[in-house]
Amino acid sequence: MTDACLTFRDLTLGYNSHPAVHHLSGAVKTGSLTAVVGANGSGKSTLMKGIVGVLKPMAGTCLNTKGARIAYLPQQSELDRSFPARVVDLVSMGLWPRRGLLGRFTKDDRDDVAKALMAVGLEGFEKRPLDTLSGGQLQRTLFARVLVQDADLILLDEPFNAVDAKTVGDLILLIKRWHGENRTVMVVVHDLELVREHFPETLLLARQPVAWGVTKETLRPENLLRARRFDEAWHDNAPWCEPDGHAHDHDHAHSLDHSHHHHDHGESREHDHESGPRAA
Amino acid sequence: MYDFLIAPFVEFGFMQRALAGSLMLSLGACPVGVFLMLRRMSLTGDAMAHAILPGAAVGFYMFGLQILPMTIGGLIAGVVVALGAGVVSRFTIQKEDASMAAFYLVSLALGVLMVSIKGSSVDLMHVLFGTVLALNNEALTLIAMICGTTLLTLAIFWRAIIAECLDPLFLRSVSHLGTPVHFIFLSLVVLNLVGGFQALGTLLSVGLMILPAAAARFWTARVERMCALAILIGFASCIAGLLISYHQSLPSGPAIILSAGAVYFFSTIFGTRGVFNTRLRQHRHRTA
Repeated sequence: MTDACLTFRDLTLGYNSHPAVHHLSGAVKTGSLTAVVGANGSGKSTLMKGIVGVLKPMAGTCLNTKGARIAYLPQQSELDRSFPARVVDLVSMGLWPRRGLLGRFTKDDRDDVAKALMAVGLEGFEKRPLDTLSGGQLQRTLFARVLVQDADLILLDEPFNAVDAKTVGDLILLIKRWHGENRTVMVVVHDLELVREHFPETLLLARQPVAWGVTKETLRPENLLRARRFDEAWHDNAPWCEPDGHAHDHDHAHSLDHSHHHHDHGESREHDHESGPRAA
Repeated sequence: MYDFLIAPFVEFGFMQRALAGSLMLSLGACPVGVFLMLRRMSLTGDAMAHAILPGAAVGFYMFGLQILPMTIGGLIAGVVVALGAGVVSRFTIQKEDASMAAFYLVSLALGVLMVSIKGSSVDLMHVLFGTVLALNNEALTLIAMICGTTLLTLAIFWRAIIAECLDPLFLRSVSHLGTPVHFIFLSLVVLNLVGGFQALGTLLSVGLMILPAAAARFWTARVERMCALAILIGFASCIAGLLISYHQSLPSGPAIILSAGAVYFFSTIFGTRGVFNTRLRQHRHRTA
């Protein structure tokens, strides 16, 4: 278990007592590159929010390695583009984990920012106001900020939206570079061709995890079919999810075969339900 | 020229005090106003100004027209409304504009109720419109302290305040300062409004916060410069307002705010990012 960067134990995340990620268990290995795929509403973004900690679990836990730095590129950024800031200001925000509230930016820091901008092909954009950037340029700026963050765990939520083919190629190269540097990367992607070509591992979600492991195995037709059949809507009259019964009534984390099944179920079971049967 | 511009400040102690007080107010309130505007919370300032009224009124009726009780009362009322509205918006689905409106309306109604039970309309005028020409030492010390606290807090939390405005979700993902910074910022707003009400009155003190900031927005696209420019505009408005008030025997508070308003309208039209430059002038364009 020492090589796990992230461990989920019966993790349930959601909104208004409706689960969006339901009973996810397993571990993400340090240095792995995982694609998170699934239909709309299958819980991909919710899982990302749960890992970053902006959404508290309804049940279960999500443990990450102590002191691990997380960089998170959300799908719907709350970025205010009309704020009077320049590209270099936005990218320099990535220095926060290093410099915090009061630390001065050193020359090295500024060099790192310049290098990051170069890596995403935005050299010469330093002084551009944010409201003059195109959608794709803004996305690359945000990638540069992730670069500067120098994180151990990198979460990208649909980073290829509104990005042209050439830029997708560039960004994939960056992601592979992170992978090569033994950083753990999880990316929410919709394009399955892209996943098959570039991502060694895949987590297929349909509220419950459908399959998790080597990409080729996970994206087998029967799994994709199962993922597609999932019922996206919430039901107000859905029965409450009981802690003792949930493993048996439908296919859950426990019934799927993926390569990360390190932990002992009997043990994690008692553990998880400290937080009670609020999940449903 | 000397008689018109300088003499009033040299010859009269009350003008010097008024000048010192209003300049210090600008120094603290204008940068706070810039962030208030950039966060689209300009009207929140206005709501807060109304919310302060009952606190100030309680102080006024218990201790008379004295700066300290009124200030403390105003601070308490302001903090209760700011925190209450902030808590409701952070922890429920309701947005801050609605919760702020709810809290300040209740607060304002309480204030009006108290004033009408106990006082006359003359007293109300004092609380509502202030008297910059009657600042005593106590009031000046208080304004100086508020100004110092504001500048120090802004300097310390500068990076977090910018991050909270620019990309709040990012700030939450790298630090736990997001929520505290929001409340620290709201406290600065309350503090500066309370500092201003002795001089400008509860209703107009928000003017010195918002108008210079709104005017500065038309001249620059950098936050630092915007704050500096807002302070300068604040200074100019205070000096101009006091002189107009002295020479024309007009009330000083409205004169100061109207001067700031004049700068605002001028900037709207002639600022480098104003109507004239962005809409009306013929533009040449480069090849790339």
